[in-house]
Amino acid sequence: MRDVTRPLAIKLLFGLAALAAIAGSVAVGQTQAPYEVEGRKSGYLFMTPATRSLQDDEFQNPGMFIVERGRDLWNRAEGPDGKSCASCHGDAEASMPGVAARYPVFDPAANGLVNLEMRINAERAAHMKAPPLKYESEDLLALTTYISMQSRGQPVNVAIDGPAQPFFEQGKTFYETRRGQLDLSCGQCHEDRVGMKLRGDVISQGQLNGFPIHRLSWRAMLSRHRIFAWCNTSVRSEPYELGSPEYLALELYVAWRGRGLPIEAPAVRR
Amino acid sequence: MLELAKTILAAAVLALSAAACGAADLAAYRVENGGVAAPLTDEPGNPARGRQIVRDMGHVTCLICHRMPIPEEPDHGEIGPSLEGVGSRLSVAQLRLRLIDSKQVNPDSVMPSYYRTGGFTRIGAQFEGRPIYSAQQIEDVVAYLALLKDK
Ligand code: HEC
Ligand code: HEC
Repeated sequence: MRDVTRPLAIKLLFGLAALAAIAGSVAVGQTQAPYEVEGRKSGYLFMTPATRSLQDDEFQNPGMFIVERGRDLWNRAEGPDGKSCASCHGDAEASMPGVAARYPVFDPAANGLVNLEMRINAERAAHMKAPPLKYESEDLLALTTYISMQSRGQPVNVAIDGPAQPFFEQGKTFYETRRGQLDLSCGQCHEDRVGMKLRGDVISQGQLNGFPIHRLSWRAMLSRHRIFAWCNTSVRSEPYELGSPEYLALELYVAWRGRGLPIEAPAVRR
Repeated sequence: MLELAKTILAAAVLALSAAACGAADLAAYRVENGGVAAPLTDEPGNPARGRQIVRDMGHVTCLICHRMPIPEEPDHGEIGPSLEGVGSRLSVAQLRLRLIDSKQVNPDSVMPSYYRTGGFTRIGAQFEGRPIYSAQQIEDVVAYLALLKDK
């Protein structure tokens, strides 16, 4: 019995040490934006104290496990030239802070918006000749979470002017359109009925600053576009594809709604 | 023999495609004085069945938004008013219209229309052409709500 349990214990110890290293490096020297800015509230404030402390505690936060995987992927060489993200960007803790707070952005090459997930895949294609990671795969969620985490505490700050402006307007229209058999718009829940109980859930402002989040009721990590698809399906509307232009425009608008809120990835939600 | 088989097959294909696109014809109804007085079906509503239907997740349970005298369900929403005593506040005709299409009572209502098939934006493919409730389910739920009297 001992021979079996001891390696497991050692593995666990190593795992914890790795988590501690990640946790320590991020907490240092960053100012934390408040969870509420001019009436805009993070989903964090709608969670119970128990769920909040699960998020706050690096060792208990169930999203931290994927962060470890994300760091491995960051450093793992792929493609014919044997390059990794780190080959170009070095230490993510030095090069990535602030990035997640700015996305999605207008990308002249794509002549449209790109979000973090799509930027990761574009970088892989251009500089590593590596195949794209599937949307919502463990690997893409892991890298997105790892990169987002480098911006923890920084205020969401997306550009909505210039070439981004028409996409912003498109996202706003999406947000305000009643849709599906239940005939409800995003805003009818996340603006007009905030704090009310919808069955067993308390409706939050539907902010994006915590993403990717760990959803306790699903025991899973999910991306921003995955929650859009869930909210669409909940009103019996046909969802769009993850990564679609419709969801990118919506992502820009919803991110702007939460301007100033701190990046929290990986946040823990009900 | 072959002809007969072909006819049967054709009929079966027709039936299948009708089921697949689910174009359920809605029973006609007339709105008068803020209500629908005539039942949608010949069979009278069954309140026990109605109580089952309103709890059913597959039929957009009313509990998403309303408190109801159904203590065995743990989570009741608070988007709409409590339905306790609603049978004393509203007539059967008013209850029926409220369920069929709440937007004819209040155009800004967030309550879904349970017996309507048109006028939706990007409705999920499997819901196209099908109301949330059948005519009989409307009657069953109306019969149940009518019994929710003030104590
Ligand atoms: C019928 C009500 C309803 C509608 C309509 C709706 N949502 Fe939601 N949404 C919820 C509920 C309930 C949750 C889970 C609890 C919460 O965080 O609000 C949720 C969660 C979210 C979250 C996660 C928030 C967090 O902090 O984890 C986002 C983002 C979101 N919704 C965006 C949207 C967008 C965008 C739309 C429109 C496409 C939309 N929602 C439409 C009810 C709705
Ligand atoms: C998504 C939210 C939602 C759902 C689901 C919902 N309702 Fe409602 N309902 C409301 C709201 C909000 C009102 C208040 C009036 C209005 O805004 O139209 C209301 C009003 C009512 C009224 C009128 C009550 C009164 O005192 O005037 C009745 C009756 C009613 N609902 C029954 C039901 C039944 C039965 C179901 C399920 C078959 C249901 N509702 C599902 C939101 C909802």
